[in-house]
Amino acid sequence: MKPIRAIEGRAIPLGLKNIDTDVIIPAHYLKTITRKGLGRGAFETIRAQPGNIFDDPEYKGANILIAGDNFGCGSSREHAAWALNDLGLDAVIAPSFSDIFSGNAFKNGILTVVLPQAAVDRLLEVAKTDPISIDLEHQTVTTPFQDRFTFEIDPFRKHCLLNGLDEVGMTLAQGALISGFEAKMAAERPWL
Amino acid sequence: MARSAAMTAKPRTLYEKIWDAHVVERRDDGTCLIYIDRHLVHEVTSPQAFEALRLAGRTLRRPDLTLAVPDHNLPTTARVDAAGQRLPIADVESAGQLATLEKNVADFGVPYIDAVAAEQGIVHVVGPEQGFSLPGTTIVCGDSHTACHGGLGALAFGIGTSEIEHVMATQTLLLSPSKTMEIRVEGPLGPGVTPKDVILHVIGVIGAAGGTGYVIEYTGNVFREMSIEGRLTVSNMSIEAGARAGLIAPDEKTFAYVQGRPMAPTGEAWEQALAWWKTLPTDAGARYDKVVLIDAADIAPCLTWGTSPEDVVPITGVVPDPASFADPSKQVAAQKSLDYMGLTPGTRMEDVPVEHVFIGSCTNSRIEDLRAAADVARGRKVAPNVRQALIVPGSGLVKRQAEAEGLDRIFIDAGFEWREPGCSMCLAMNPDKVPAGERCASTSNRNFVGRQGPGSRTHLVSPAMAAAAAVTGHLVDVRTLEPVG
Repeated sequence: MKPIRAIEGRAIPLGLKNIDTDVIIPAHYLKTITRKGLGRGAFETIRAQPGNIFDDPEYKGANILIAGDNFGCGSSREHAAWALNDLGLDAVIAPSFSDIFSGNAFKNGILTVVLPQAAVDRLLEVAKTDPISIDLEHQTVTTPFQDRFTFEIDPFRKHCLLNGLDEVGMTLAQGALISGFEAKMAAERPWL
Repeated sequence: MARSAAMTAKPRTLYEKIWDAHVVERRDDGTCLIYIDRHLVHEVTSPQAFEALRLAGRTLRRPDLTLAVPDHNLPTTARVDAAGQRLPIADVESAGQLATLEKNVADFGVPYIDAVAAEQGIVHVVGPEQGFSLPGTTIVCGDSHTACHGGLGALAFGIGTSEIEHVMATQTLLLSPSKTMEIRVEGPLGPGVTPKDVILHVIGVIGAAGGTGYVIEYTGNVFREMSIEGRLTVSNMSIEAGARAGLIAPDEKTFAYVQGRPMAPTGEAWEQALAWWKTLPTDAGARYDKVVLIDAADIAPCLTWGTSPEDVVPITGVVPDPASFADPSKQVAAQKSLDYMGLTPGTRMEDVPVEHVFIGSCTNSRIEDLRAAADVARGRKVAPNVRQALIVPGSGLVKRQAEAEGLDRIFIDAGFEWREPGCSMCLAMNPDKVPAGERCASTSNRNFVGRQGPGSRTHLVSPAMAAAAAVTGHLVDVRTLEPVG
């Protein structure tokens, strides 16, 4: 995964509460053989509505999503995170996230930023016209209008995201340890 | 090894010995980075893992410890035409998933048994058959019935797609140790009682969630005296009791089964392996977290009546009354099961007619299973009310062996269909399905709602009982069939 330090860009001011994983990616898209391409099914029910925010030219190329409480509630499908990746989203800002979605997002290099509702409301307003900046290292969200909000993040997850480490990446970082084990096995259990 | 050291060491279970032998790193919180010796791959759960490697520019750390074979999606009808050309697969999504596997194994250099190879078969039949699965190894596959390989004394369990990717890239998994459960079955098994009946009985006793959080070790004379095929059947269904893995201590039978298989060690390596395998059985005095004792004499030929593998009754029994269960939530579940299954409390199980019979799956598709079914089918005819009776060998090699023994003729003469190897009617991912509202006596492992097709009704049974149902047209006690001829 690519390391995340600063995420800057336009944000989609969705703002809705309780966006569940069925809304993010409906079940009939789970038959796929890839993690790619799920963007076409992402937010399908919302996008079926004319003039919806996801297809608004104003937000074309946006890489941040701003939502309401309890984003990602519902099923455990990792396809939800894959779908956001496929839409080009690098971060979601919301007052709260479901635990499972939050973990899946983390595994897929998507930063989930938790801010108080008042801060989210201000960002929803700014996002209509201007870009937003997220600085993971300093744990801040800023706007061109001198807004500056700080957020909390688990130190372990921060470390992983800053260094672009997924679980596979972290274990790969222990390659020497694994090689050592393999050398020992080659001597002790050569039939394997 | 110094005898004194062995005697002073803390006694360990088979599970603990295999676990300890695979710890790459032990962390402060008790989780361990565990080395994976063998990784089996099939077409359904691997595509996203391969894709993740591709996107990250990663490779397989040990393709030489990996083996791929298609099984879930493959139709069990003829795969080549009269001219030997491969026939296309009609279902577009299935064909796509199979083609993806072929591309992935080529791109990543994974050893592959293709759909028309003689060695092709269900991944859990192929692993032991090829000598890929060995005692004392850690074996994973993106399939919950990986527990099967525990019948050889291997620590084998199913994993998800993210874990598949992790194993492909690192040949390890980050795991917390499981609790251990001993299920000891002692005593003589009655006539007509097969390994399938033993494991169904066990699941009926401990429940479908009884093994959650545990690795089960099956001990006692019943398992010592059981064939390797039977042990694979038992261990296979550990997951239906909620246990991620099952284990049966490797012994002389195990070694005889493994020796000479294509991927098994030979020569000096064989001797070294053998010496280590013999150290694996649980030490005297080792403690399990839980022990379950079962009297073999209590086990009858049995089957399921509901939609959970724990819904087990002897074939001589009746459909239970939901009110007979103490647990109110089980009463509700039982009523829902009976509604789905179209059964009335008090009906004798032997009076229930079946329209379908399926003999196959990773649980019961080995040569011994086909012999047991053929013994019943020989000289008889499939009953007129049975619309379809399928025999699906677990692998091409099982099929070939059965044909060499003339079993195919017995089945065909009796009116069974003799098919190509694959997962078939176990899971309704390929054309073999049970139609809605119809009933199947099946040697597979899951009787879940819709498992064999939307609305399908499944009764899990042994191969002999399935064959007996086919020739009588109803669920029946195989012990009561009159001899033929």
